[in-house]
Amino acid sequence: MTEHRVPLLKVDNLHVQFSTRRGIARVLDGVSFHLDRGETLGIVGESGSGKSVLFLALLGILEGNASITQGSAQFGGFELLRASQSELANLRGRELAMVFQNPRAALNPIRRVGQQIEDILLRHSAVTRSAVRARAIDALRQVQINDPEARYHAYPFELSGGQCQRVMIAMALACRPALLIADEPTTGLDVTTQAAIMALIRDLTKVRQMATILVTHDLGLAGESCDRIAVMHAGHLVEIAPTARLFSAPRHPYTAKLLACTAYGAESIEDLASVPGQLPNLTRADLPPCRFSERCNRQLAACALPLAYQEIGPAHWVACCNPERAEEAA
Amino acid sequence: MKPSLDTHSDMAGTVWAAWRDRLARLIRPLRRLGWLGFLLRRLAGALPSLCGVIVVTFILTRALPGDPAAYFAGPAASQSAVEEVRHALGLDRSLLVQFGLYLQDLAHWDLGRSVSSGQPVASDLLARLPASLELTVTALLLATLTALPLGVLAATRPGSLVDHLCRIVATAGVSLPTFFTGLLLSFIFYYLLGWAPAPTGRLDPTFEPPATLTGFYLIDSLLAGDGELFFACLGQLILPAVTLALFVIAPIARMTRASMLGVLSSDFVRTARASGLSRPRILYVYALRNALLPVLTTLGMVFSFLLGSSILVEKVFAWPGVGSYALEALIASDYAPVQGFVLALAVLYLLLNLLIDIAYGVVDPRVRLEA
Ligand SMILES: Nc1ncnc2c1ncn2[C@@H]1O[C@H](COP(=O)(O)OP(=O)(O)OP(=O)(O)O)[C@@H](O)[C@H]1O
Ligand SMILES: [Mg+2]
Repeated sequence: MTEHRVPLLKVDNLHVQFSTRRGIARVLDGVSFHLDRGETLGIVGESGSGKSVLFLALLGILEGNASITQGSAQFGGFELLRASQSELANLRGRELAMVFQNPRAALNPIRRVGQQIEDILLRHSAVTRSAVRARAIDALRQVQINDPEARYHAYPFELSGGQCQRVMIAMALACRPALLIADEPTTGLDVTTQAAIMALIRDLTKVRQMATILVTHDLGLAGESCDRIAVMHAGHLVEIAPTARLFSAPRHPYTAKLLACTAYGAESIEDLASVPGQLPNLTRADLPPCRFSERCNRQLAACALPLAYQEIGPAHWVACCNPERAEEAA
Repeated sequence: MKPSLDTHSDMAGTVWAAWRDRLARLIRPLRRLGWLGFLLRRLAGALPSLCGVIVVTFILTRALPGDPAAYFAGPAASQSAVEEVRHALGLDRSLLVQFGLYLQDLAHWDLGRSVSSGQPVASDLLARLPASLELTVTALLLATLTALPLGVLAATRPGSLVDHLCRIVATAGVSLPTFFTGLLLSFIFYYLLGWAPAPTGRLDPTFEPPATLTGFYLIDSLLAGDGELFFACLGQLILPAVTLALFVIAPIARMTRASMLGVLSSDFVRTARASGLSRPRILYVYALRNALLPVLTTLGMVFSFLLGSSILVEKVFAWPGVGSYALEALIASDYAPVQGFVLALAVLYLLLNLLIDIAYGVVDPRVRLEA
């Protein structure tokens, strides 16, 4: 009654851990966020901060040594984390689609790309065998691959990296999902191809009013395409805010450091790893409540208290007890 | 002395590489022919190996101990008689001329005569080859059909009972010599249990062998529509085939498991899972087909093990194949059959590798369309 709109995706207090030879790695620790229909959310954070694990967990395709110990994730009112594998498999590719980095490796090397699209169409939509080919070629045409009839027969090794990524996008969008998760879709592509792929994702999702999650290392890229941006660090979601606000008034020290490394709108984007220090080892038993505290120069005694989120401005949440001062009035 | 030998082999290596390059350039335009081109390229690629095999068998026979001329002439022959035989056999000519004569003989399918049987070696081998092929191919099929599912199961459930079973079978299969497994199996299944027929060759003497069409009794008896004969042949075949198969299940299963594990953790399988494809489709259409590629290579290797160990297994089961033929000839110092056998096996091995290359081309478009 009080909710005026139900978000498309609502993740609450998600905990994921891996049992490894060196002990239990608590890779996600209390991650919460939501996403509205048609919205584009950016997820940024340095390598190893748990961005990919987050979405593999939502899709139910984590490796065997992973376990989801706590939390909930509602997708259109449907609880993902307690769904059976077959229920999840029905959603994947149909309602929730994912595009990965390194498109050439992400495609089956010995199957024609057209057939790979057909596999998904045949799995999820009531399309007949005779009509499926036309649908697959149409999906290729929509991602602006030239000569889609010929490309239908191509194997991944016969296509360029950019073309492979277009095929991946065609596969992800073939069944018109409600949410597209693009996990570093442009990493490994050259700069002009990167721009073209990003423009393609932006245009297609806008036309279809799809919600998009863009996972990236690249704050500049996220700034160009996203309505809101969430910053992850070592399995914590440390700050989430509307894009303009995050850039103009970052409150978490980590976000501030990231931004200092990446000038807003700058042409070249530096690697996020340029923040001093490194991610703590997640298998440690004595991990501090705030996993950034050891790299932070604003530490207080209160940092040893359990991590708490505070809403520090409109739609602006931060997980820090001593946030940076806002330079401008919220 | 040693350095000069090394430079010599270096030179030979360079010459060899140059020829290979020239051959590669020559056959490259065949790429445009698609499948046919692929086949022709593979055939052309097998030519150098075939030449190598011919040279090696020639050198091998010259290097074998003993004087063939004295052997042919018989123990009572005089010195001049031996020289006469030597001349008749061409053994007094230079090695190069002898090699030419050898090639000429080969071109006429002439592999010499067996002293013990008095028959031409070529026809002896040809008559016995189907028996050996039926045995080894059946063993390879048996082993593959057992090892593939075993390897896949072990890979999809690492650490499970199947996985451990896979490891135990693998260790046992490799550590027991085939002739021992053969004797053990006949002891249990023929002597103790009486389930299997006596290990006396391809067919019980009370049966008439089927009319020869393929030379494979199983196929010929089926073609003749004789079910009873088929099962009689199958009964004889099963123990030796299982003996051979047990020996090679291990490498195939281990390779399948390793390769499957690698593929299952690859990016494209993650994509397939993220697309919601069904588990069977992911396992068999996406993962297994990719995992088969290294398994195919293993199959080629394993087949050479099979050819080698079939010699002893044929002996144990009185199987009238080329292996037991060569073994008897070797014991009797009858070298022409041995030479023919080595040549036949080498050619068989080349053919099999050709077949595997073709299978590779079927499974992997990169092999077919590139290079
Ligand atoms: N199967 C696994 N077993 C153990 N640890 C894992 C496993 N998968 C991921 N991890 C750990 O989880 C953490 C987060 O990994 P994740 O792949 O989500 O990072 P990421 O933020 O996506 O990094 P990148 O930007 O490099 O893709 C890493 O520390 C990684 O070592
Ligand atoms: Mg990642």
